[in-house]
Amino acid sequence: MTLSPYQLTHATEIETDNETVEIALEQLRGLVSNDAFTGDTMLLNMGPQHPSTHGVLRLMLELDGEEIVHCLPDIGFLHTGIEKNMEAKTYEKALVMTDRLDYLNNLGNNLTYCMAIEKIAELDVPLRAQYVRVMLTELQRISSHLIWLGTHVLDLGATSLFLYTFREREHILDIFEACSGQRMMTNYFRPGGLWRDLPEGFEKMVRDFLAYMPGKIDDYERILTKNPIFIERTKNIGLIPVEKAINWNLTGPALRGSGVNFDIRKAYPYSGYDHFEFDIPLGSNGDVYDRYLIRMEEMRQSLRIAKQALDNLPDGPFRSDNRKYVPPPRSELGTSMEAVIHHFKLWTEGFKLPKGEVYVATESPKGELGVYLVSDGGTNPWRVHFRTPSFVNLQSLGWVSEGYMVSDLVGIIGSIDIVLGDCDR
Amino acid sequence: MADPQAVASTIKEKFPEAVVEIVEFRGEVTVVVTPESLLDVARFCYETEGLEFNHMADLAAVDYWPEEPRFAVNYVLRSMTHRHLIRLKVYLPDAKPVVDSVTGIWAGANWPEREAWDMFGIKFEGHPNPRRILMPFDWTGHPQRKDYPQGYEEVQFSFNYDRVQAKKPHPEE
Repeated sequence: MTLSPYQLTHATEIETDNETVEIALEQLRGLVSNDAFTGDTMLLNMGPQHPSTHGVLRLMLELDGEEIVHCLPDIGFLHTGIEKNMEAKTYEKALVMTDRLDYLNNLGNNLTYCMAIEKIAELDVPLRAQYVRVMLTELQRISSHLIWLGTHVLDLGATSLFLYTFREREHILDIFEACSGQRMMTNYFRPGGLWRDLPEGFEKMVRDFLAYMPGKIDDYERILTKNPIFIERTKNIGLIPVEKAINWNLTGPALRGSGVNFDIRKAYPYSGYDHFEFDIPLGSNGDVYDRYLIRMEEMRQSLRIAKQALDNLPDGPFRSDNRKYVPPPRSELGTSMEAVIHHFKLWTEGFKLPKGEVYVATESPKGELGVYLVSDGGTNPWRVHFRTPSFVNLQSLGWVSEGYMVSDLVGIIGSIDIVLGDCDR
Repeated sequence: MADPQAVASTIKEKFPEAVVEIVEFRGEVTVVVTPESLLDVARFCYETEGLEFNHMADLAAVDYWPEEPRFAVNYVLRSMTHRHLIRLKVYLPDAKPVVDSVTGIWAGANWPEREAWDMFGIKFEGHPNPRRILMPFDWTGHPQRKDYPQGYEEVQFSFNYDRVQAKKPHPEE
């Protein structure tokens, strides 16, 4: 019987089967320092059922006292084969699976996948749909950051804030429910526009929220930003130097915390982001505290963008009228034979995309979310690859956490902001 | 140098033999290079002034089965200083899906390359930790290959009892 390196700490095995331990230790050679083999350092397993690992992340820690010598992340516990399953569905049916990637950024995932299809198909999206997409993804960014904030400070010991952030998030989920009928797995953006137009009373809901939220963000900041305990736990912890941040392909707040001005919304504007005024907050030290400040400011900027989108929301169609890709409205089905044919074709066979491959990236709350879509000319995607921010950012956890205490590690995991559904796919 | 076509022709000038073709689709430029020269081209993209592709946006493998060459690996490169993007692509045959690892240039290629090995069985020579990442360590096969079945268990009836029984997973001993 062989064991993986990570099965090492199964206590009964260690006591009873010395041979197994030897084999497992041998597989760890080269990944941890030699002191682990002489017993000078300790190997400790953290997760996958640990509450501070934000899901099913498993960490193999080599500890010298309380100091981390090596940290080996082990992922894959939530691997569901989304990319493989999408290949067996038509383009539009595969859209539901994108919701399940990063389950805190459903609309952002929908948007990226739809944009990839639209790019291959050269499908136009009406301005109204683009503005609604921007507004809702910015609200989604706030809701994702609220969960991050609640769980991050919960790990660091501030329990009450977790309840506050979930209270505010509920308002955002209500808006999504009004639009799409679903709180989380919205599936609201479709290739060519939106599933349906905005509901009645939508504007009031969003306006109420926009008026309500800034005061709450100020409240959070009053609790945390000058809190000596919070500063003690986050300042100069988890430092990420600029060169290493770029070399390790970090994106999102983890990269901007080190002072690199890179945001896809500004660098490669998509979905009409160039129509809006907003700032990109930057950090200077690249520590956990900077990344906290950036996300707090990003929430305010997202409110700003959502307000502009709502104020300037154009009238007009909410989805493209290209009938080869977008189903006809219900009202046409009774009078137009062509509409019936298109409807039938779209819901049985699905649409075909021209042969080609594209890479489309958007700025998700966690970083760069990319979709690499290969079309072979058929109705199903030949290959969909998601470049997910959690997956790429998490690989840096090993070197970022080296030299810090175990209790700092939970802060660093929180500040990288991972969702394991996004990471394992 | 924001124009990807200009970047592609710079690479073509420097490596006339290595560049197989330059494809443009929907404004995205793909430079197809031979697997042997990938590391040189990647290093050239990384180091040359004016190109400076210091950030690897994405690494993705594709399986074109049953076509030959079967596999492809895509490297979407980005320059943080110049903000331009280009895609390098290598085609790998079914018999020898091996390519040099670029982790020495972009450290962040580490996990994406492990994922490509795990899902497609593409070997990256020189990778510091070439193990599976998403699937369990003792998994057989590479799930995202096109000839790997997607799932679905065959229903066991009396006429196919033995055949299905033989395929069921049993503990090894």
